[in-house]
Amino acid sequence: MTNAALVVDDLWVEYPARRGVVKAVRGVSFELRRGETLALIGESGSGKTTLGLTLVRLLPKVARIKHGRILFQSDGKTTDVLTLSAESLRQFRWRDCAMVFQGAQNALNPVLRIESQFLDTAKAHGLTDVAQIKERAIELMKMVQLDPARVLSSYPHELSGGMRQRVLIALGLLLKPQIIILDEPTTALDILTQRSIIDVLRKLKTQLDFSLIFISHDLSLAAELADRVATLYAGTIVEIGNVFDIFSHPSHPYTLALTRSVPTVMGEMHELASIPGSPPDLIDLPEGCAFHPRCPFSTRECQIEEPTLETVGQDQQAACWHWRDVKP
Amino acid sequence: MTTTSPAPTPIVELVNVSRQFEQRRKLVTAVDNVSLAVAEGEVVCLVGESGCGKTTTGKMLAGLIPPSAGQIRYNGQSLSQMSAAEFQRYRLAVQIIHQDPYASLNPAHTVFDILSAPLLRHGIVRNMSNARERVRELLRTVEITPPDDFMEKYPHQLSGGQRQRVSVARALTVKPDVIVADEAVSMVDVSIRVSLLNMLTRLKRDLGVTFVFITHDLAVAKHFAWSGRIAVMYLGRLIELGRTPELINNPQHPYTRALLSAIPEADPHITRTKQRVQLRSMDIPSLLNIPSGCSFHPRCPLFEQGLCDTRVPPLTDTAQGTQIACHVIARDQAQAQAHIQETHMS
Amino acid sequence: MFSLAHSLRQTLKLLTRNKVGFAGLLGILFFLTMAFIMPLFVPIDARTHMDRIYAAPSAEHIFGTDFQGRDVFSQLVHGARDVIIIAVLTGAMSTTIAVVLGSLSALLGGWLDSAIMTVADFWLAIPTFPLLVVLASLVKLDNVILLALILSLLSWATLTRAIRSQVLSLRQRDYVEASRSLGMGTRHIIFNEILPNMMSYIAISLILAMTSAVYAQAGLAFLGLIPFSDNNSWGVTIQLAWTKGAVFFKNSFLYIMAPVLAIALFQLSLVSFTRSLEEVFNPRLRAG
Repeated sequence: MTNAALVVDDLWVEYPARRGVVKAVRGVSFELRRGETLALIGESGSGKTTLGLTLVRLLPKVARIKHGRILFQSDGKTTDVLTLSAESLRQFRWRDCAMVFQGAQNALNPVLRIESQFLDTAKAHGLTDVAQIKERAIELMKMVQLDPARVLSSYPHELSGGMRQRVLIALGLLLKPQIIILDEPTTALDILTQRSIIDVLRKLKTQLDFSLIFISHDLSLAAELADRVATLYAGTIVEIGNVFDIFSHPSHPYTLALTRSVPTVMGEMHELASIPGSPPDLIDLPEGCAFHPRCPFSTRECQIEEPTLETVGQDQQAACWHWRDVKP
Repeated sequence: MTTTSPAPTPIVELVNVSRQFEQRRKLVTAVDNVSLAVAEGEVVCLVGESGCGKTTTGKMLAGLIPPSAGQIRYNGQSLSQMSAAEFQRYRLAVQIIHQDPYASLNPAHTVFDILSAPLLRHGIVRNMSNARERVRELLRTVEITPPDDFMEKYPHQLSGGQRQRVSVARALTVKPDVIVADEAVSMVDVSIRVSLLNMLTRLKRDLGVTFVFITHDLAVAKHFAWSGRIAVMYLGRLIELGRTPELINNPQHPYTRALLSAIPEADPHITRTKQRVQLRSMDIPSLLNIPSGCSFHPRCPLFEQGLCDTRVPPLTDTAQGTQIACHVIARDQAQAQAHIQETHMS
Repeated sequence: MFSLAHSLRQTLKLLTRNKVGFAGLLGILFFLTMAFIMPLFVPIDARTHMDRIYAAPSAEHIFGTDFQGRDVFSQLVHGARDVIIIAVLTGAMSTTIAVVLGSLSALLGGWLDSAIMTVADFWLAIPTFPLLVVLASLVKLDNVILLALILSLLSWATLTRAIRSQVLSLRQRDYVEASRSLGMGTRHIIFNEILPNMMSYIAISLILAMTSAVYAQAGLAFLGLIPFSDNNSWGVTIQLAWTKGAVFFKNSFLYIMAPVLAIALFQLSLVSFTRSLEEVFNPRLRAG
């Protein structure tokens, strides 16, 4: 446990909607090991965005955290993020844990130059030495492969989407947080821009000391950057494990189906298989395993009881009654 | 003696087509001198990053935007020489499917309304009960079953994948010759994407529909157009064109190579050891300020001063089978050819 | 195919869902009753009763009497008709003009658009109220329909501009482009694609046009520009109260406040009702 930077323990989050209650996060438990990159992969209806928001307690007011703990471990101290006071929470956010959102290219203040945004953020967290902050900003710009002179004096609209994303990553690193959470960091970006973001992230991981969680629907991104991958379906983690193991022998039918449905450019032309059916309705989930209506391996058992994560390999866990039958 | 039969007339053809827009008082060339002939029943993918002009090209093909220069031909006949009735027929013959499933269907109409409207308007069916029958057939064709469960539904009650299928069904109501799919699967979940692509492939096979598939995702392009061709666009120009297997396995143009090498793969071993093409600059030029000569030259690893920044390279054939727009490669190939001929002759 | 016609039951259900909106609907129904049904039961008090001027409210005269001893309540009841007619007629006419001109302008573009917008810009520069005052001196504003016509001719410009921008933005939608591709024709695009998605906007614009018509009429009446008759609209009632010095009589509090409140409550009902209209026209609340 001491090796972990963040431990999520049995988290349940729901929020009311017109039709009923959306059970967005159902019993999610995982740990983020120190220095690792963990990919949370899920499609629409998986609850991944809600999970990300819960980690920094930025859920909308109507959301209810029904159960669970989010333990942040640092300097030998353990604190439950869910019980932090407003002031401590504010300090936790950005100083200990920074989050960069989906579509965050629009999160920059359009009337401030980039350097001002750095100064603003630093000031908001109590740093006052302007010269030092400016120096740090230049350092960060170089780390994310941006030209400091040019970018720091620009307004957000003068920068491309990819550049803005990199600025946001740099802003996230400003206070040297221990944990960074990225929500869909490369979605809506062009191929070459995506590539530069991926390269930047990889370099940052080697140069700096932080743990990274990124949330995405893009399995290839996980293949590029992650040390461990967790696949989410209908609000739960259905499989989690070392990235190489997950891709070479996935033990959950959903993970298997995902790997089979992503087209590749290199390598052989393999038959692509899609997953029949539709994404799960988080208001009206099926009995038993949430994936069973779309699962080729499902049996009677799967319709009755929902499986929990069990160890299926060295550092790999899957939540499936038939994991032994799942072969690529 | 060999007799060569003339190549069949392409069903749609762009001949030196350009399109300009006014942006902030300046004239922006979104599409620059593009020529592309699409054969009947073929699949052609238009590939490129944002701002490359692929969507504008697709809309010109569908007759929704007129070209600023050049000709668009349908079955050999130029659009500008068509009568109003002929142009109307052309517009019906080339249908478009949009990217955003949440914006492609009118939220105020049911599935039945959406699909029956064109049927009734053009007299394809004569009364409401025929319309219902035909709508059922169409829904079955796009694999929305049982159709009766969906006829009275509103778009907000359908999933993204289902909405795209209804979009396809709508396009099919007028029995088009060509379907232009503009990033039609990009906003759909990965696991649904494949079934949509498979459905489109089936339509191509069963109905003989020609597809112009616009996408930024080369991997999807490879899978969908394996038996067809890919056209790569950059800043409004066509820079590489060829049959998919050749283009994917042996790309010639430095930009195509850079794209293919930049794509992350869904296999950690492959993707972490893949060789990436390094570009000279990561700056994407804006359309307001297109570099001189070959617009890719500021970033191109093959850049040669004097050669690449003076004239726009034309599309030339390469020995590998694709056509590319690159001075350096064209020159090298010509030299190699000349060398071979010399050694052959001596 | 105007597919906004969903079942009557569903419409009623949606109308009642929003409490504020429902209250507004009840208010409107009340005033409609007041304008068209109650006059059948409440007689016009046309004669002068000098012994009863400015009488305090009593069982016989709920709001007291006016400067001529006539019952205020019956005046209110008979005055409602003109107010409602002005509201409905002006609202309907100006909204129709705005929708037609605004959508044609936005959809057809080109010279027609520039022409209409230039005229609209000119029109917007005209100070409406002073013009109304001038017109009132030239034309006898005793006919409610005439006044409605004049008011709508004066107010079309703002609404047209607003409708035009809505249509312009809806015109860019993918489903409109698909309709173009499918050769559905301009008429279909206006009536079947664009307008159904603007119904909420149009309905609310209609209500707001109605409220401004009521205010215009009240304002004109207050300035004394509307001739008296047997059934004075509420604005005229206020004007008479004011000019005849009712403010100096402490019993006349309700006499003055009643028409003021009537106007205010009617306007409030209209505006509150817009909440329900939003629900009715929101396609996401419909289940197929």
